[in-house]
Amino acid sequence: MKVVLNGKEEDFSQPLTICELLAAKNLEPDRIAVELNMEIVAKAAWTEVALQDEDKVEILSLVGGGRGNE
Amino acid sequence: MNDDFELGGATLKNRLLLGTGKFSSHRLMEEAIRRSGVQLVTVALRRIDFDSREENVLQFVPPGCILMSNTSGARNAQEAVRIARIARAAGAGNWVKIEVIADHRYLLPDNYETIKATEILAGEGFVVLPYMNPDLMVARQLMAAGAAAVMPLGAPIGTNRGLQTKAMIQILIDEINVPIIVDAGIGRPSQAAEAMEMGAAAVLVNTAIATAGDPVAMAVAFASAVKAGRQAFLSGPAATKESAEASSPLTGFLR
Repeated sequence: MKVVLNGKEEDFSQPLTICELLAAKNLEPDRIAVELNMEIVAKAAWTEVALQDEDKVEILSLVGGGRGNE
Repeated sequence: MNDDFELGGATLKNRLLLGTGKFSSHRLMEEAIRRSGVQLVTVALRRIDFDSREENVLQFVPPGCILMSNTSGARNAQEAVRIARIARAAGAGNWVKIEVIADHRYLLPDNYETIKATEILAGEGFVVLPYMNPDLMVARQLMAAGAAAVMPLGAPIGTNRGLQTKAMIQILIDEINVPIIVDAGIGRPSQAAEAMEMGAAAVLVNTAIATAGDPVAMAVAFASAVKAGRQAFLSGPAATKESAEASSPLTGFLR
């Protein structure tokens, strides 16, 4: 299964949920947001929503920033 | 005298707002916030880089400090709305600074797209603070669209050139009934004081503090200047005159 994760194509040998993807990427589920095909997925649904082939996933977090696109 | 700053349902004592970009470390940023007593900081949203993990900036923002996500990177209203929603999902809360920029040389905001984004996000319950090019009609439309404050630029982002748009900002201060927060271009504490003397409700500073030789000491200097400027505004600055007027009594005994 191929998924585009943060703009990069990645291959997964078996289907996985968003929760499993975060675990595979070693990410704490705290203070991050997940977008699946341009739609925000609520945290409560992360254990249920399974990724499909060709899905586009964005995982984002907050960083230091004032203004401009530094 | 009580001079609390009411903004978006919150009550602030400190009228210096801080952008958290460009600090050489999170620790330094945290120290600058603590020492200056800043109560509202801006943060940005980024894709997680799986190859180089950094510590989450939120761990370094003292409790009680209001977080305001910015929509930097947005080139139109739609992108700004998308960023604001994701930032809220990532734990940034309801406060958003709208920044829509499609110009790369001067990083000047797109006022029209900014109004559109303000209307949508205010309708979704965000506390919206739009960054804008100072223009009275635009400020009125932002207010009508539900902006909690209006944030005109003093000079282009990161230029540290001070209040180059001073006359236009003064018009906004005189005419607009939401707080006017000078955002961008303030490079020195004296310029922050100048904005406050004019009657600005607050100033938002980032580059001038984060890239100073000693960012923590500079944050403290800015906080003092903002306070002094505010106090001067409340005191009613004395009038300027063309010719001299002695301030010592002339007793006439030398005549």
